[in-house]
Amino acid sequence: MDLERFKVHGEPLIYGAMISIALATIGIIVGLTYFKKWGYLWREWLTTVDHKRIGVMYILAALLMLFRGGIDAMMMRLQTAAPELKFLDAQHYNEVFTTHGLIMILFMAMPFIIGLMNVIIPLQIGARDVAFPRLNAVSFWLFFFGAMLLNISFVIGGSPDAGWSAYFPLASLEFSPTVGNNYYSLALQISGIGTLITGVNFIVTILKMRAPGMKLMKMPMFTWSVLITNIIIVFAFPVLTVALALMMFDRLFGSQFFTMANGGMDMLWANLFWVWGHPEVYIVILPAFGIYSEIIATFSKKNLYGYTSMVFSMLIISVLSFLVWAHHFYTMGQGAMVNSFFSITTMAIAVPTGVKIFNWLFTLRKGRITFTTPMLYTLAFIPIFTIGGVTGVMLAMASADYQYHNTMFLVAHFHYVLIPGAVFAVIAGFHYWFPKVFGFRLNDRLGRHAFWWIAISFNVTFFPLFFLGLMGMTRRTYTYSAETGYGPLNMLSFVGAVGLSIGFVILVYNIYWSTRYMPKDTNGDPWDGRTLEWATNSPIPAYNFAIVPKVETRDAFWSAKQDNIPLFEGNITKIHMPSNTGKPFILGVIFFVFGFSLVFSLWIPAILSGIGILIVLATMSFDRDHGFYIPAEEVIATEKKLRGETV
Amino acid sequence: MNKKGPLYAFFLSLVLLLPGCSSLAVLNPKGPAARTLSDTIILSILVMLGVLAVVYILYIFVLVKYRAKKSNEGYIPPHEEGNVWLEAIWIIIPIIIVAFLSVVTVKTTNEVENVAAEYKDQKPLVIYASSSNWKWHFSYPEEGIETVNYVNMPVHRAVEFRMYSFGTITSLWIPQLAGQKYAMSDMLTTLHLSADTEGSYIGKNANFSGKGFAHMEFEALVMSSKDYDEWVKEVKETAEPLTEDTFKDLLAIEHIGRKTFSSTHLTFSPPPMDHSEMDRDMDHDQMDMDNGNMEHQDNKEIHPSPEPSAETEFDGEPNPELDQPLPSSPVEEHTSHNSN
Repeated sequence: MDLERFKVHGEPLIYGAMISIALATIGIIVGLTYFKKWGYLWREWLTTVDHKRIGVMYILAALLMLFRGGIDAMMMRLQTAAPELKFLDAQHYNEVFTTHGLIMILFMAMPFIIGLMNVIIPLQIGARDVAFPRLNAVSFWLFFFGAMLLNISFVIGGSPDAGWSAYFPLASLEFSPTVGNNYYSLALQISGIGTLITGVNFIVTILKMRAPGMKLMKMPMFTWSVLITNIIIVFAFPVLTVALALMMFDRLFGSQFFTMANGGMDMLWANLFWVWGHPEVYIVILPAFGIYSEIIATFSKKNLYGYTSMVFSMLIISVLSFLVWAHHFYTMGQGAMVNSFFSITTMAIAVPTGVKIFNWLFTLRKGRITFTTPMLYTLAFIPIFTIGGVTGVMLAMASADYQYHNTMFLVAHFHYVLIPGAVFAVIAGFHYWFPKVFGFRLNDRLGRHAFWWIAISFNVTFFPLFFLGLMGMTRRTYTYSAETGYGPLNMLSFVGAVGLSIGFVILVYNIYWSTRYMPKDTNGDPWDGRTLEWATNSPIPAYNFAIVPKVETRDAFWSAKQDNIPLFEGNITKIHMPSNTGKPFILGVIFFVFGFSLVFSLWIPAILSGIGILIVLATMSFDRDHGFYIPAEEVIATEKKLRGETV
Repeated sequence: MNKKGPLYAFFLSLVLLLPGCSSLAVLNPKGPAARTLSDTIILSILVMLGVLAVVYILYIFVLVKYRAKKSNEGYIPPHEEGNVWLEAIWIIIPIIIVAFLSVVTVKTTNEVENVAAEYKDQKPLVIYASSSNWKWHFSYPEEGIETVNYVNMPVHRAVEFRMYSFGTITSLWIPQLAGQKYAMSDMLTTLHLSADTEGSYIGKNANFSGKGFAHMEFEALVMSSKDYDEWVKEVKETAEPLTEDTFKDLLAIEHIGRKTFSSTHLTFSPPPMDHSEMDRDMDHDQMDMDNGNMEHQDNKEIHPSPEPSAETEFDGEPNPELDQPLPSSPVEEHTSHNSN
């Protein structure tokens, strides 16, 4: 066998990465063995089907990926900080911006949001778990091993280098002969299947498992946003699945779907990619809107203004999100008629989005606003996201887009949308729900510190890019000459990027500091919350609610507190829970081996692991496991302990 | 306090930027298409500044007025379901704004997708622009010349670029003259532009196309029609013709400086068809080419004479093979090259 294919050559940076990955792996293995934590890890985490633990693992993975993607971003900003820098060569730069995009969207924003979904949705609807807890574990492990597969590409064989959109023919075997884009097609495929399963799981969970009395129009806004998001997932991801499968056939088996010869059509890839890719943007942004709605209501001590129009605006956005994909390539020559159609549908999205902005502003009006860390991120979101939104309308105008397309203006726009629209939201949600999961708050002073660094540096980093775009600087350019005049603004942007990293370091330090020093939160409701997740204890017991709550109004917990409406009635009885299983994890491992073998065209291991996947799926289907019961006495004892009462 | 440093840097950047408007190539147009786009962009910026102002004023107002302070300690915010009339306002006004911008978009998109109004009565100068690896080939079928990595064109003249690629998708962009458009291997795309100021403009590939992408630039030199004709004449007299073998070698090279030839590659390696042309030319003889099996047009080099070729009989579209005198072209000297 030709071992050369597995090696990545050259760069001291890559050798550094190899060494650090190896050291970290050894460190984790030695640490687990030394502290005898293997059993704990297996029993409590790797085999868990508990939605909260799965959510926590999603968020941990997302945080790791945030730093991986962040390092990519820093390398890009450093390379372009001044003209003609030699920090990265073209090939390395191309790999870095490709993985930056892939990781930030698919392995950071999405899992972070799915993690928050996992932790919060069953609690918000008063359920004991998701509808299919075991499938939920399958989703996570497929996502996780998909992410790992993409990440090892950096040190084994080489990363994808054709951009996160992987346009053909550039991503075809002819122009990208390395295994990089094989990794792309397989890693995304594996984690994409996981996401699709999540979509099914949460739709069923929200439609079938709500607490008695919680009509659809009484659901919290975050639950609504997640329901709509998962409907988008179920419609959009199959397109990606098909596109990636065709890509894999093209690259591994010599089919010609997107190639230049034999009737292959490169434009077909661009269409399929964006038919998935644009709804994908709303998959990460709609839940963010939900998170902000919860936080704004909580910290202005008011119910959400215009609840009905908030729900309908999200429904309209979800429909429109499927009708706008061609705005990603107005310049493909499809003519003025087609472009005009897509311009109008795209701009139409501004209307429901505007409705949401004004509803939030009117929720704040007449409120009593407190500026906690989650609220600061939320309040920063409104003005920054509005800039992203209005530049989006500008880009939607097909004619003008001929001048913005592929430039830094576009880069500035989508960072102005995605960072406040998704990253600020998950950070806000992280701070907001952290005490629910861990039983103590993150320190507010450090939180504000990090917030100001992040919010201001964000603008310093990305605002100059609007001007660079208008100056004619194209995106994905690894270097430029001094005569172009792009130097000063890029340097400013680099300074901002340094500020952003400082902010994120403080954010992580805050997690460490708060774990050590923050006092335990005792009543489970540190923010004076409005929705059901605050009605149970923190940290949350495995069964979520000792008694299933009865819901009468929209902000069920708030009305319970204000008007003394009893939420929990009846006696504590035994609680049925799903049992842990190691099969989802094993399935993930086999999928990883399968994907890796296909990446390198190792047919025998690929066939064997393919059969392995089928066997695991079959055994999972024929499993007879009806779960177990937690006896009523144990529930009562746990409840007492969590409330600080001695048993 | 740590937050002030970046804040100052931010404002400093704004101050530095304001006088630098002339360096914003997109807003410094030198031709009608780019001017239309620049006007559209400025108009949209103004409308959007209005939107931003409304949101920001409301935002500052609610944050200042309703923030928690000592004086409103016991204040209990009211329960508000919403207000149909208020919500109707922020649905209807955005719809009006979007409708207005839609009209502007449709109008300007149609404008820049066609020959500019002031040059409507000219027959455009056709230049085939094709990309291979990280170079641009410009073929002038009317003049029978070809250049690599630079394109010369006469001022005040409608120019029609017909673009395609010998490989990855690229995007031809001369920001000061017109917006960009993709060049692809399986379809011909068209870009209309004209320049009304002589000068040298930066042209580039805007669409990422692999490791040589950052250096895939070319010069677009707009010259007086007299200079242009002299240049064409000089090229025809002094440059080598482009043979099939030379062209094959040229395609394989990754980067190269400027090149000039006294014949085009279109003769032996015809471009893919425009979608609209595909149906029309179905009955034409076929020929294999490097980038797929596409019908080709009649041999331009062997019959450059102003004989109308078969294609032109089907509709009124400008034909590159025809080098007829233009009815009201401001560039009368142009016709002197018919003898070639």
